[in-house]
Order: sequence, then C-alpha cells, then structure tokens
Amino acid sequence: MNRRLFSVIGGALVLTVCSPKDDGAARAAPATPTPSEETQAGGTITGKIKFTGARPTNPRIDMSEEVACKNKYPAPPTAETVVVNANGTLANVFVYVKAGLPAGATYPAPATPVLLDQNGCRYHPHVFGIQVGQPLNIKNSDPVLHNIKAKAVKNRPFNVSQPNVTTTPTVRTFAQPEVMVSLECNVHGWMNAFLGVLPHPFYSVTGTDGSFSIKGLPPGTYTIEAWHEKYGTQTATVTVTGTETKTSDLTFAAR
Amino acid sequence: MISALLTLTVLLTQDTTAGKVVYTKWCAGCHGDNGAGDGEAARYMLPHPRDFTGAIYQIRSTASGELPTDADLLRAVDQGLPGTAMPGWKTRLSDRERRDVVAYLKTFSTFFADTTIKPQPLQFGRAPGGGSGAEALRVGRQFYDSIGCRKCHGDQGRGDGPSAPTLKDDAGRPIFAADLTENWRFNGGETVADIYHRLRTGLDGTPMPSFSDLLEQKFLTEEQLWRLAQYVWSLSPAEPPVVRDVIRAPQVAGPLPRSPGDSAWSRIDSYWFPLVGQVIKKTRWFAPAVSGVWVQAVHTRDSLALRVVWDDRSQSPDSAWLAHIGRVLGALASDDSASAPPLPPAQPGLWPDQLAVQFPLKIPEGMERPYFLMGNPSAPVYQWRWSSQGGALAGLARGVERFDPLAGGGTVGAQAVYDHGEWQVVLARALATADTAHELQVRTGRAIPVAFFAWDGSNGEQGTRMAVSTWYFLALDEPTPASVFISPVIAMALTLALGMLVVWRAQRPKQAVL
Repeated sequence: MNRRLFSVIGGALVLTVCSPKDDGAARAAPATPTPSEETQAGGTITGKIKFTGARPTNPRIDMSEEVACKNKYPAPPTAETVVVNANGTLANVFVYVKAGLPAGATYPAPATPVLLDQNGCRYHPHVFGIQVGQPLNIKNSDPVLHNIKAKAVKNRPFNVSQPNVTTTPTVRTFAQPEVMVSLECNVHGWMNAFLGVLPHPFYSVTGTDGSFSIKGLPPGTYTIEAWHEKYGTQTATVTVTGTETKTSDLTFAAR
Repeated sequence: MISALLTLTVLLTQDTTAGKVVYTKWCAGCHGDNGAGDGEAARYMLPHPRDFTGAIYQIRSTASGELPTDADLLRAVDQGLPGTAMPGWKTRLSDRERRDVVAYLKTFSTFFADTTIKPQPLQFGRAPGGGSGAEALRVGRQFYDSIGCRKCHGDQGRGDGPSAPTLKDDAGRPIFAADLTENWRFNGGETVADIYHRLRTGLDGTPMPSFSDLLEQKFLTEEQLWRLAQYVWSLSPAEPPVVRDVIRAPQVAGPLPRSPGDSAWSRIDSYWFPLVGQVIKKTRWFAPAVSGVWVQAVHTRDSLALRVVWDDRSQSPDSAWLAHIGRVLGALASDDSASAPPLPPAQPGLWPDQLAVQFPLKIPEGMERPYFLMGNPSAPVYQWRWSSQGGALAGLARGVERFDPLAGGGTVGAQAVYDHGEWQVVLARALATADTAHELQVRTGRAIPVAFFAWDGSNGEQGTRMAVSTWYFLALDEPTPASVFISPVIAMALTLALGMLVVWRAQRPKQAVL
C-alpha cells in the first residue's frame, strides 16, 4: 500500500515538475527530475557539484526566425551549456550509480512516464534520466515544427516530428542503458538535451542549488559518476552501510 | 532438427564468407574494411559513405529507429542512392553476390545479431487517385506548410529554408535539405510512393524526421499525407531532364529579351546540362552544390542572349552559411597527394555565387576544340563570367587558375534575379564586336562550342573549387532569306497562270481548226 502510494506521489512530482503551467521557458535551469521514489528506504548519497574557475558565458540564441518562441522570453535566451548557480555550483549535472549494485538485482521500469517538453524552442528538462523500458512522453508546447532526434548509439536512434502544439504526446522507450543519449532538433540547431538511460532508479540531476541526492540504496560500495555536457565526467566511491546519508561533493573546473 | 540447424548455419556462413569477398572487392574502397564508412575514397565524398557499424539507414520501409529489412538493404545495393556517389549494382553483380554482400554488411553491427529485433515494414497503402488535380495539390501544399516542410526545404522546395544552413548529419557533417524540384536526385527514389515512404519512415541519420506519429495523433490522415507526397512530386519535371547536345537559338523579330523575367523566355526551348565537381586540377572539388544548369538562347539580327537558370540554396555571400562552409571544407580531405606537399586547409570565407559561360576564341573549322577545362596558356578560351557581387565580364581564361578580363570588361551585359533558391541570369552581347582578336565573333548557322561552370560561394566554392560541364554546342538559326518566302508565292502564281491558260485554251472556240 505504502509503495503504491509513494509511486503515485513520485509520478505526480514528475508531472508537476514538467507541467506546462510551469513557466519553464524563461527558467535558467530545470528542476531536478525525480526518479521513482519506491526505493526510499535504504541509504542516501548526496552532495553538491561545485564549479571552480572563470564562469563561461553561454552564447545568446537568435530566435528571430521563430517569433512564437522568441516572444516567450523577456530577454534574449542563452544556451544552457554551462549553467553555474549563484552559490558556485553547477546545474544540469547527471549523477548516477555507475557500479556497485548487487549482482543480479533488477529494477522494474516505472509505468509513470518521464516528460520531455519543447517550450520556447528549448527542451525542458535539458538534462534528465530515465529507466530502461520507462515511457518517455514527448510533448510540444510551441506552435512551430520541432523534430526530436535521439542520437542513440547503444539504443536504436529515432527522429520524429511534432509540427505544432501537441494534444497527444509521442511516446518512446529505450531498451538498453546508455549514458548519455543526446537529443536534438534540426529545425532549431541550438536545441539540445541529454538523457541518461539506466537499468535502475539511482540517479539525480543537479538543479539551481547544485545538489544531488540518490536515495534508497542497499548497503554496498558504489561508484558514482557525475556527467556534464561540456566538462565530461567525475567519479567518486562511496560506501553505504545502512540507512544513513553519505555526502560526497564533486568538483568540475573551468577549461 | 539439428541437421537443419547445421545446414542453416553453414548456409549463413557461406553467405557472409562469399559476401566478404564481394565486399572487399567492390565496397571497401568507400565503406572501409570494417564497414565504418571510412574507406580510402570516403575522404572525398559528401555525403559520406554509409557507416554500417551503427546500422542506421536512410532508406527503409520500417519505422524511424527500426532496422531495415533485407529487402531494404538489397534495394539500396541494387538501385544505388541517386544524388550520391553510391551506384546501383544490379547489373554489375549477380543476384547471389548482392544477397551475399547484404548478409555480410549486416555483420558489421551487433544490432542485426539481436534476434529479438525483427524489422517490420510499415503498412503504406496506396496513393489516392487524382493526385495531379488542383484540389489534391492544394491539400498537399496546405500540409507542406502546416507540418513545416518549408523550414528546411524552403517555400518553393529548393532546399533553401531558414534552417537549411544549419543542417548536419549524425556525424556532424554538413548535409543539404533535398531540392524537391530535382526528384531524380532523391536518395530513395523519385516516385510518389517513394516520397510517401520517406515521409513515413524519415531518413535516419539525417535531419529528416518521420511523420508517422502524426497519423496516430490524428494531426492528419493517410490520404492527406499522400496528397503531400503528390504535391512534392509535382514540384519536379514529369520526366528527369535529358541532355541534348545542341542549344538551338531561334531568331526573334522583337527586341532581345535582356531581363530574366521577360515573357519572351517562356516561348524558348530550355536545355539542361549536368555539372560535376572539378576533380582534375588542384585544388580539386568533390562536393559541388550546383548539379546542373538550364540554358535558353535567342538572337536577333545583331545580338545574342543566353538565359542560364540553376538551383542554389543560398544567395551568396550570406553570413548565415559561414558555419556550413567551415563544415564542408572540414569534412573533405585536403587535396594532397604523395608527389606534392599538401596544400594548407582552406579557410572559410564569404564568397559570391558565380557562373562562367565558355566559348572558343574563334568558331573552329574542324572538330578541334580548346581544352574544356578553361583552355591552357597557349590556347585560351573566351568566357563570360558573372558574379553575384557585380555584373559580368568578358575575358580570356588560360587554364583554371588564370582569367584575364578584357579591357573595360568586354561587351557582355548581364541581368540577374535570385528567387527562392534559384538564380536566373541573362547574358547578352552583340554577335559581332570590335575586338575581333579577343572576342568570339558569333555567326549564325554554325555549331559553336559552349561550356558552363558554376560556383556556390556558400558551399565553399571559389577559384578551382567549382562545378564544371563538358563542351556542348550553341547553334543560332540562320536568318531566313527572302527567297524562302517569295518562291512559294511565285510557284503558286505560275501554277495558277498555267491552269488558266489550259482552261482558256480548252474553252476557246474551235473555228480555227475547221
């Protein structure tokens, strides 16, 4: 009963985070998508992704060709390649358990879909995760043509179109773990997003405070990897013995 | 059961072993020994040869992201991919060899080894009737606009849409949106059904998406998508153009049409000439953007005009294409060879579009013509060179590297119009000029050699990086001598007079005889 309840709440959270009412278009960094919360019991690995060095300037996006998108922004939008938060942390970092889970353990795919929205000619979220077999619902909130190309390598790629605001989402699933699948729109060359496909729910994406939290881990020693679209990866080893919370901060340096 | 399995295994092994022999001999030069699309010749090709290791194929009957069926692969081998360097092999290899090579190229990707993936062709149905009618085309055009085709393919379909300069394939190489007015160059075939299939399946590995989901989402119906395919088909000539060697220039009584929009051009025959990359002289050019020119010619008693029309996705120079130029120059190998030091890689620049029309200096008496590739220092050719950055010049070319404009630019005049991915340029000159030593003196009733060259500046084309044709001929109709019109009148008058005489003689009273 409790498990089911949690799952419903988890799903509701996912939907809330990505709901169209959210004025995501003008947001600097998307909020953290929340993996299934079924696995709340157990240990937690948390931490912050820090950033050192000079903050790069993200280039402005020229949306003059798409007035419908351009009008969604009070000021000209910029690319989201490197989003450094006010507290000196890095947003849009995908943090996940790379190794250390019990051999043979399987984690059924949640039925709750992960939502990808195209709004203001940008993807929301920009970096996110999904489980193998979990539905990815793709919607278009812009009255313009987008194509969604998933440049998967371990999975089969796809390239589908959404010419206008959608009433029915396009649904796709991924059969193999793959970190990361890059998504792009060829109509709008600046649009890109990154999707981590995992066989388990132990992942997190840093948001506006640069923190991540991976919950519900059974006791064990884990390799966690933090992935950033420009700065590559950092790894750490963390041992969880019970239901405690372990902190492990990671740092990316400007280059 | 076990023996059947064994036989099957042996058969499969034989297939791939025999296929490897065929592959190594005929395919590896472009596609590479390991199927990664990195053969020796790949460096000189845009689009690049298929990389088989990812099992991502453009031309399929299956949904986007699905593997192709064996029949899909065999079709590509048999028919080739028009508009690319891939030829059809149906007449060059036996049925068995082609099947074997398909079996072999599947071994390059682990996706084919996964027997849980079974590619299923989509159900396409048939084209609804009345596809060339006005109503069908209106519906087709409606969806051309509403599903956003024009974003890449442009308002008139010439591949000049606002997103066209930014397009890249999966490997990040530059790729053109198809010019929908040249269906003989469509990678997956030119028929209405071919076009519909591409709309349904997308072209995986390229920016072209699948539109199949829109049917389930009730954005449009299958019939409406077929109408779109019929509309796209209608943008090309009903038959692919045929090369005719001689451009006939009729004589017109009225003023010479000097503007591209002059209605007189609509009554003049148009001739198509294919252009190919200049791959003879360094720096060679393997990725020409202009695939051919349409030429019309007309003359008056004293002047000649040529209208040359060609598709070009960009009105160069255009800074929107600068990144594309960089990608084009970066995707092609620098033009090196073992015997010479490699040339420095070309830096992208903002270059104009250009056209050259070439003639010999004098109308040749026999079959001898100057070297087609802009003559040479001892035997120059006479050229008209037009640039989008300003007018036309007449001059002498002494090989690809050297063009000497005549004093004052010669006497050629030019008017040009760029409209939705198409250049129309009219070049005009007097038949006879004062500078008989340096300018061709045009005469009627003679076969005058002519050749064409084109540069798309926004594709990195400049100098020797250009598209070339071979020699063709231009023939100006002889002015009709007055005798042609007078002789029949005299003949008729004489016949009438003789007839009258006979009648008069027959009706004359016969007294004299008595």
